[in-house]
Amino acid sequence: MNLQIKNLKVNTSTKLSAGVGDKEILKGVNLEVGGGQVHVVMGPNGSGKSTLAQVIAGHPFYKIVGGSIVVDGKNINKLSPDKRAKLGIFLGFQNPIEIPGVSVFNVMRKAIQGTSKNRKTPVKGQAFVPDLSKLRPDLKLSEFRQQLLEHASSLKLSNDHLSRSFNEGFSGGEKKRNEILQMLALSPKLVILDEIDSGLDVDGLKLVAGAIKKFAHTNRRSSLVIITHYARILKYIKADFVHVMADGRIVKSGKQKLASEIEEKGYEKWQTQSQ
Amino acid sequence: MADAIPVTDYKYGFSKPENYVFKSKKGLDVGVVEEISSMKGEPEWMRDLRIKALGIFEKKKMPSWGADLSSINFDDIYYYIKPTDNQKSDWRDLPKEIKDTYDAIGIPEAERNLLAGVTAQYESEAVYHSFQKKWEDMGVIFCDMDTALRKYPDIVKSYFGRSIPAADNKFAALNSAVWSGGSFIYVPPGIKVDIPLQAYFRINAANMGQFERTLIIVDEGAYVHYVEGCTAPVYSTDSLHAAVVEIFVKKGARCRYTTIQNWSNNVYNLVTKRAFVEEDGVMEWVDGNLGSKITMKYPSCYLVGRGARGEILSLALAGSGQCQDAGGKLMFLAPDTSGEIISKSVSVGSGRTSYRGLVKIIKNAERVKCNVRCDALVIDEKSRSDTYPTMEVAEDNVQIGHEASVSRIGEEQLFYLMSRGLTEVEATSLIVNGFIEPIVKELPLEYAVELNRLINLSMEGSVG
Repeated sequence: MNLQIKNLKVNTSTKLSAGVGDKEILKGVNLEVGGGQVHVVMGPNGSGKSTLAQVIAGHPFYKIVGGSIVVDGKNINKLSPDKRAKLGIFLGFQNPIEIPGVSVFNVMRKAIQGTSKNRKTPVKGQAFVPDLSKLRPDLKLSEFRQQLLEHASSLKLSNDHLSRSFNEGFSGGEKKRNEILQMLALSPKLVILDEIDSGLDVDGLKLVAGAIKKFAHTNRRSSLVIITHYARILKYIKADFVHVMADGRIVKSGKQKLASEIEEKGYEKWQTQSQ
Repeated sequence: MADAIPVTDYKYGFSKPENYVFKSKKGLDVGVVEEISSMKGEPEWMRDLRIKALGIFEKKKMPSWGADLSSINFDDIYYYIKPTDNQKSDWRDLPKEIKDTYDAIGIPEAERNLLAGVTAQYESEAVYHSFQKKWEDMGVIFCDMDTALRKYPDIVKSYFGRSIPAADNKFAALNSAVWSGGSFIYVPPGIKVDIPLQAYFRINAANMGQFERTLIIVDEGAYVHYVEGCTAPVYSTDSLHAAVVEIFVKKGARCRYTTIQNWSNNVYNLVTKRAFVEEDGVMEWVDGNLGSKITMKYPSCYLVGRGARGEILSLALAGSGQCQDAGGKLMFLAPDTSGEIISKSVSVGSGRTSYRGLVKIIKNAERVKCNVRCDALVIDEKSRSDTYPTMEVAEDNVQIGHEASVSRIGEEQLFYLMSRGLTEVEATSLIVNGFIEPIVKELPLEYAVELNRLINLSMEGSVG
C-alpha cells in the first residue's frame, strides 16, 4: 500500500481534552511510503512518533488541522478507525489495551469478519431458544482458527492463548507478541508498529523481528512503518528508509546508516536543530 | 429500547388472534378468584387459600421502595385466560395460533435436541407438555402446577406457600390469589437429572396478567437444572407478570434455576423467588433480565441447614425506557453456610439498573462465608446505575467480602477494537459481552449464543 502524508498538522482535540485546550503536536509531517517498503521512524520521547501512528489509524483524540493522509490515492483524513482498518491499515499498539472477558479468538474473529451484513439478529421479545445452526462449526472459521494457532505457536505463545481473556494478565512481551499475532492473521496492507520493540528482551525481540520479516516476505506489497526509540531492531530488519522525528516534524531522512549515527550520537543534534 | 428498533426488525413481537375457551372479566374481586378456582375444579383448601390471599393483597400497600409502579392499574387487567380445553402432549394437536407462535420461536426443535422435558404456558394455562419417559420411570415428576394439584395434592399442600406465604409482599399475595400454571418438579432422592427441564412462558393477549406458580422439590442428594424463558408481544398497553417460585433443596441436593427473561418492553415483571436450602444443599440462581418495562426481582436463598450454600448470579440489561431493579438475598440461618452474589448490570440509552441486595447473618451462624460482588457498566451519559447493598450481621465469627464497581467503556478500548475493523457498535457489544462473561459462561451454550446476539442488537439500537 502506498502512503503519502503531506504537511500533516495535528492538534489534540478539545472535545476530548476538555479544559486542556488545543495543543499542536504534529507541525507539518511529510512522509511517503511506497508499496512493499519498510520505513523506520525514530525520535526522542515526545517528538510526536506515537501521535503520528495513532493519527494514521484515526484516533479520535487527535484533530487534523492541516495537510493530508492519502493511501493508494484515497484521502483518509475523515475516515473512522474501522473504515481505515478495512482499507488494510493496521496499528500495532505501544500499549495494547485489555478487553476483559473477551477471548483473543473472539477479538480476532470479529476483526476478520469485519462487518458481515448477513447475520440473523435476535429481537426484543424473542424467547431464548437455541438456534442450532449457530452450533454447526463454520468451516472457514475453523481454518482461520488453525492459522491463528500456527502463528501463535511460531510466536511461542501458549497453547491456550486463543482462549485467554484479551491482554488481561499478559506479560509485556506477550502483549507485544499478541499484536504481531494479529498482524500475521489479518494480513494488512499498511502496518504501523508503534514501539513494538520496547519491553522485549533479546529473545523476544528476535522472535518478533523474525515474524515481521516473515510477514514482509509473504506480503510483498504490504508496507511497514516501524516506529522506535532505539536502533536495535534494525539489527534484525533491513529498512529501506530511516527517518528522524523531532518536535512534531520529520527532520531527517536517510538510509539504514542514519540509524547507526543515531545509535552513536543520540538525538541531541536533531533536537537542537529543530528548536 | 422498543423505540430505537425499527418495527420491521421486531418479528417476534407478533400477536395471534384470541380464540380462547375462557377469558375472565377485567379487574379483580372475590367472584373472579372463585371463578378461577371452580374452573380448575380445585380442592376447597386451595379455594380458601386464594380468597384469603386476595384479602391480604387488598390490604397490602405497594412497595415503598424500588421502581415506580404507580402506573399499574389493577382494574384494567385480565387475571385469567384459558386458551385451550386441555393440555396437549403432541405438538400437532395444538390449536393453530398457539402452534404457530411456538414454531416461530423455535421450541419444537429445541425440545428434540436439548431438553429432558418441556412445558409451554400460553396466557394462564400450560398448553403443551412433554417429558422423557426415562426420567418419569425414575420417579421424577415434571408437570404444570394445576396438574400437580390434581395428581399430587398432598405434596403441593405441604409445600405451597411454605417459603413464600401470601403475606410476604403484595405481589406474592396477588399471585397466591389468582395463580395459574407454572411448573412443578419433584426429584426423588439420589436422582440426578443431567439435562435441563424447561418451561416457556408466553403472554399473547393485551392487558394480560400472568401469574404462574412454580414449586420445585429436590430430595436428598438429587440434582436438577430448570430453565425458563419468557416472551410477550408488543402492545401499547401494559401487561403484568407476577410469578412466585418456591424451591426446597433437601440435604446434600443441588438445584440450579436459570431464567432468561426477555419480556417485551411493556411488561411489569414483579417476581418473588425463594429457595430453602437444607444441610449441605446447594442452590444456584442464574437470573438474566433483559426485557420488560420494569423488573423487580431478588432471588433469595434461605440457608437453613449447616453447610448449605447459595449462589446468585444476576444479570441485568436496561435499555431505553427500562428499569431493571434486580439483585439477590442471602439469609444465613445456620453455621458453616456460605454464599455468593455476583451481579452484573449494563445500562444503555437512558436505561436504569439498580442492584439491590440483602445479606443477613443471624447470631450463632458461625463461620459463615459470604462474598458479594456487583459491577455496573454504564454505556452513555443518559443511563444510570444505582447500588443498594444491605448487610445485617449479628454474628462476629464470619467472613464477608463486598466489592462494587461502576465503569464506562473506555475511549481507548473502543479505538483499539475499531482499529481492528470493528464498528463502534460491534466494539461496544464485544466489550459488554466481555463484561457479562462471568455470568454468560454459566448458561447452557445455546443460550449464551442467543444472549450475545441479543446484546449486540440492544447496542445497535442505542449506540452511535
